[in-house]
Amino acid sequence: MSPKLLSLLFLLVPAVLQAQTKISGKITDGKKQPLPGVNIYIKGTYDGASSAADGSYSFTTSAKGDQLLSATIVGYKPFEQTVNLGGTAINLNIMLKDAVNELKMVTISAGSFEASDDKKNTILQSLDIVTTGGANADIVAALKTLPGAQQVGDKEGLFVRGGTSYETQTFIDGMMVRNPFFSGMPDFAARGRFSPFLFKGTSFSSGGYSAQYGQGLSSALILESNDLPTRSSSSVGIMTIGGSLGFEQLAKDQKSAYTVEANYTNLLPYFKVFKTLRQPTTYPEIAGGSFSYRRKTSKTGMLKAYFYGNWSRFGYRSESLEYEGDEELFELKNYNVYSNITYRESLGKGWRMNAGISYSTNKDNLHMDTVMKNLEARVGSRSDLSQARLVFSKSLGAFSSLRVGGEYQYAVENTSYNQYQLDYDDNFGAGFIEADVYFTPKFVGRAGLRTEYTSLMDKVNLAPRVSMSYKLDDAGQVSLAYGEFYQKPEQQYLRQRNDLNYMRATHYIATYERRSVAYTLRTELFYKKYHDLIKTAPALNNDGTGYAQGVELFWRDKKTIKNGDYWISYSYLDTKRDYLNYPREVQPDFAAKHTASFVYKQFFSAISTNIGVTYSFATGRPYYNPNRPVAEFMRDRTRTFNTLGLTANYLTTVGKAFTVFVLSISNLAGQQQEYGYRYSSDGLRRSAVRPMTPSFFFVGMFMSFGVDRRQEVIDNN
Amino acid sequence: MKRFLSFFLMLTTVATIANAQSAQYQETMEQQIGEMYKNQQSGGLAQSANTFDRIAEAEKTQWLPYYYAAYCRVMQALDAQGSNAIDAFADQAEKSIEKAEALSKDNAEIACLKSLITTARINADPMTRGRKLSPVAARYLSDAKKYDAENPRIYLLEGQSLFYTPEQFGGSKVKAKEKFELSLKKFDAFKPASSLAPNWGKEYTESLLSKIGR
Repeated sequence: MSPKLLSLLFLLVPAVLQAQTKISGKITDGKKQPLPGVNIYIKGTYDGASSAADGSYSFTTSAKGDQLLSATIVGYKPFEQTVNLGGTAINLNIMLKDAVNELKMVTISAGSFEASDDKKNTILQSLDIVTTGGANADIVAALKTLPGAQQVGDKEGLFVRGGTSYETQTFIDGMMVRNPFFSGMPDFAARGRFSPFLFKGTSFSSGGYSAQYGQGLSSALILESNDLPTRSSSSVGIMTIGGSLGFEQLAKDQKSAYTVEANYTNLLPYFKVFKTLRQPTTYPEIAGGSFSYRRKTSKTGMLKAYFYGNWSRFGYRSESLEYEGDEELFELKNYNVYSNITYRESLGKGWRMNAGISYSTNKDNLHMDTVMKNLEARVGSRSDLSQARLVFSKSLGAFSSLRVGGEYQYAVENTSYNQYQLDYDDNFGAGFIEADVYFTPKFVGRAGLRTEYTSLMDKVNLAPRVSMSYKLDDAGQVSLAYGEFYQKPEQQYLRQRNDLNYMRATHYIATYERRSVAYTLRTELFYKKYHDLIKTAPALNNDGTGYAQGVELFWRDKKTIKNGDYWISYSYLDTKRDYLNYPREVQPDFAAKHTASFVYKQFFSAISTNIGVTYSFATGRPYYNPNRPVAEFMRDRTRTFNTLGLTANYLTTVGKAFTVFVLSISNLAGQQQEYGYRYSSDGLRRSAVRPMTPSFFFVGMFMSFGVDRRQEVIDNN
Repeated sequence: MKRFLSFFLMLTTVATIANAQSAQYQETMEQQIGEMYKNQQSGGLAQSANTFDRIAEAEKTQWLPYYYAAYCRVMQALDAQGSNAIDAFADQAEKSIEKAEALSKDNAEIACLKSLITTARINADPMTRGRKLSPVAARYLSDAKKYDAENPRIYLLEGQSLFYTPEQFGGSKVKAKEKFELSLKKFDAFKPASSLAPNWGKEYTESLLSKIGR
């Protein structure tokens, strides 16, 4: 190295250190509003600044030559530009573009209500289901306070927008649940089998749902099971009507967990104390248990297995309508097993896989008798369902996605009536493809196609579904949906004739909603056309028709009242159908024209008590009076339905256990409820369909011992 | 010989530049950490967070700038109102602390901060998140104990959680007091690993303790 060069080097070093360039300017957003707090700097150096309240910034840098100037702030796309630093001051005004995030993006929402803790800004949270007054921690009872659902108290299930409960299909982790409710008795609605605590997400669709799901003409209830718990725990529940025990163990490496749970319910004490509509012969009794195992198989993989078994019985005697002075006996025993194993994993390159298998069996043994006449009947029914499901999804670009999948179900249906037996089995296959396409972050479209085949009827269907949502501003969005929905006729008809066809419904839905952290306003207009409903008279065929149309409103306010929260829902329903033995299209006996619910929850922090009150109202439902001429079929109406429910949760600790005391009362005011009337075949005698007890209440204590904490206590001593 | 000389010269130049870099790091960090504690009083944490982000990105191998960026954001999260705002700060804090953790494993300071981020998330919606996330926050602290049981911030955070949790949910002012006293004892014995190492919380512990009363 020459001395010349060396000296040059020495000369240069201080020059480099001294030459500073000043960079300044103003940063704004897309609407030219100043953006404060933006981190603006020369990449790879410490030199930079944060923009001030008016969006202005200024800093000096000693870096030289071509360098990257970077401006970043959460919620906006990062900005980068090459600048030449040579001591001359630079003035640069920058406009940052909105980055798309979950909260700013439009979501597909027509027809669906979602309760989730994982996703931000859902209308409900998982806890809402448990704290809804009078719902007794029953998922379906809580969902009945939402628009679209009917207040039907004499049959289990969700009656949605002029549809029967058969038209609502329940899915757990994507797989159909054949018997989501306990076996009910005539005129006596049973609870859902599955506790809301099992699920991290509940989505109730009152129409226009995704092509991923099928076989529900009206509605889908989509439940997503919990992932790993955050700690090990054991729990004990003591109720006036039974008890439960549970144990959950999270492995040391926090990658797997298993849960064992057992419960027992007996209504004998309750029915001894409170007068029942009918005289129990076997007091309602339920015993059940479940086991689940979950394992995180990799960073993105999750394996879940769930096994559930249950036994229940119930029986009563009541005055015979048909034979005056005689008594009718009705006894039921039910056995139910439900299991599923699911696996999800990311396959790389944006592909994800969801696989699952499931097996369930349900057996009902009925014993009916008209006692003195000795008209004994023993009815047995057993349904087995095995299924497998495989879905692949691929993300397209930043937010769009494609889903493609298929499922296969093998169903065996056995029925016996005294010495007679009628069985059938069905191989059912379905495939779907569906894409969510974000044209812009504010405008999304979904197009899906579903096809199904059943070997029993040997029929294929093709169900296209389309929906789109457009975000108007930060809070408001409009959505439209259209879809075709098919469903197999109910088992009792299929077993008589296997050349029937699918029933079909066409949905059109328009939604407007505004949603912020504190408020939700939602209004929905819908029109549903029924085709090929089942007729039983004059002949068993698919000639039934019908429609349902209406408007629904939902308003939730979490802010106005401190520690309080309320929602109001209202549904107007205009529906008529000609099905079963109806002589023509009339308003069916399960549909009320106006339905409204008011749900209010208040947390009293001083006494750490949460109180939920729910008031529901429905106008009278039609019922069939055989004494009227055919022209006046279903002309009569029941009295209006009113019910007030209350749930109080008092949170405390008992010893080391986190404890919740629960008081739940349905129909607090003891309002007279009638769901319809039954007539003797000569039409001379009738009896009102009423709840088994006018109101129902229970008190329970649920204790949960965190195993981690207990360990901590042991360690400390 | 000339060759050797130029090689030697190059080597020393490189070393000098590297030294200069680390001197700049040391100096800037010291200054910015001091700034940050001042900003904490005056509400200028967003600015400090940005500064630490810049340093972190320029250095890439130092965990402390990421740590302090996360610290600023979690403090902002604890001050913020509304679950969306709190979550936004917590998300940023989490991103930074994860980068810090990738550079420094089994670090009690990092585990403490992760616990604090979880606490901020609980504050956003205690009714729905408390039961699920409280054990997570507690677990980070027990991890921290495994890495360095002498770190006073562990006991400060344990005490803080006991202090703010209602008695019905397992909180206790008596137990909180014990934790704060233990924390102060540890603070007295605590020697930060360097002039840049985290050294916050003593005054805060004292202020919480004074709320309980001696």
